[in-house]
Amino acid sequence: MSAEVAHGVAYWLRRLGGAVTGGISKLGYCARFLLAVLWHSPHAFRRIHLTLREIYFAGVLSLIIILMSGMFVGMVLALQGYQTLRRYGSDEQLGILVALALVRELAPVIAGLLFASRAGSAITAEIGLMKTTEQLAAMEMMAVDPLARVVAPRFWGGVISMPILAALFSAFGIFGGYIVGVRLIGIDDGAFWGQMQAGVDFWPDVTDGIIKSFVFGAAVSLIAVFEGYDSKPTAEGVSTATTRTVVISSLAILALDFVMTAFMFRGAR
Amino acid sequence: MNRSTIDLWVGIFVALGLGAVLFLALKVGNLLTLDRAPGYRLEARFDNIGGLKLRAPVKAAGVVVGRVESVRLDPQTYEAVTTLRIDREFQFTKDTIASINTSGVLGEVYVGLDAGGDPQMLKDGDRIAKTQSAMVLEKLIGQFLFDKAQEQKAQEAGGGGAKVTGGANKGDKK
Repeated sequence: MSAEVAHGVAYWLRRLGGAVTGGISKLGYCARFLLAVLWHSPHAFRRIHLTLREIYFAGVLSLIIILMSGMFVGMVLALQGYQTLRRYGSDEQLGILVALALVRELAPVIAGLLFASRAGSAITAEIGLMKTTEQLAAMEMMAVDPLARVVAPRFWGGVISMPILAALFSAFGIFGGYIVGVRLIGIDDGAFWGQMQAGVDFWPDVTDGIIKSFVFGAAVSLIAVFEGYDSKPTAEGVSTATTRTVVISSLAILALDFVMTAFMFRGAR
Repeated sequence: MNRSTIDLWVGIFVALGLGAVLFLALKVGNLLTLDRAPGYRLEARFDNIGGLKLRAPVKAAGVVVGRVESVRLDPQTYEAVTTLRIDREFQFTKDTIASINTSGVLGEVYVGLDAGGDPQMLKDGDRIAKTQSAMVLEKLIGQFLFDKAQEQKAQEAGGGGAKVTGGANKGDKK
């Protein structure tokens, strides 16, 4: 009896230890993978059409969802913000509220989350399926490095697309806020833009947002290509890897956002 | 997908992105108004600057004429030394008074300049001689309570005649 209990405890301890060391060694593999991708990056720029194709798939095809979401987020922000600001009789400040919330925080984060689920999952599924159908192995047989030919262009396509998408998200969000705030609610047009310009600085507000979106783009792209490259070469393995991409990159975006916001506000004081 | 079609779409995408950044810089932010016409610097010393921040506006008659460039503490006199960058197109007289004001109850803190009648103008690097510090709410309340207490004490000392002399007592305190 007691031997059975001891076995059970030992089993769970082994599983716990395995999960911890497995996670750490996967992190190490991921770091090694990142270095390898960076090492092969010149290839992605020498044969620029490979990267352009990935920018098309990750960026251009994400445009509709990003622009629509940006506009709706801006419209909701304006509606919600107006209800609160009106109590203090400062509804002209709506422009600042919408612009700062979008530029500094919401645009990089929401665009990043959408990008992870729209483009990141597609990248993982594509690379995973290439691995399952042994296309990656076939490339190696032909002395073509899949890291240079497949992974690096997808990584850089994501890194380049993400800041552009976030900037467009901001711009369309502010446009949405303008439509609701000025056109529907009837805040003064001059006050809306004037307060916004007085309260938003290109440096550091807009640049903070651009830095954030760049970091999120790199994180999501790395996780997406890594999970695809590391997936089990089965149908189930690809589906698990795709799910993991969306979950891990969403968590990574939110955690990185907190860390970067803390640093940026410490600098601004 | 044709390679040239992809090039076209990616070109449109990047152009849209650049347009969005330009929009954020010029229409939303104030990249242009920020470094317009190089100005000159004035120094103003205050006993207390309240909640004055870097880049706070400097206003004359409510019009923004410059920004607060630096705020530091003079270790000898324990005064706050502020450097104001004023646009070159605005000149102020030697006897200008600088004061720290707040726009509204919860509004931003700014430096107000009130020009006098001196024929000479302030030049780059000059110091504004007359300044008026920020009003600190706690001090004002403290002062008010102190005055009230003094008034009451005086009333008690005055006895029955307090009703008539109450108003005069208030004036005596000043």
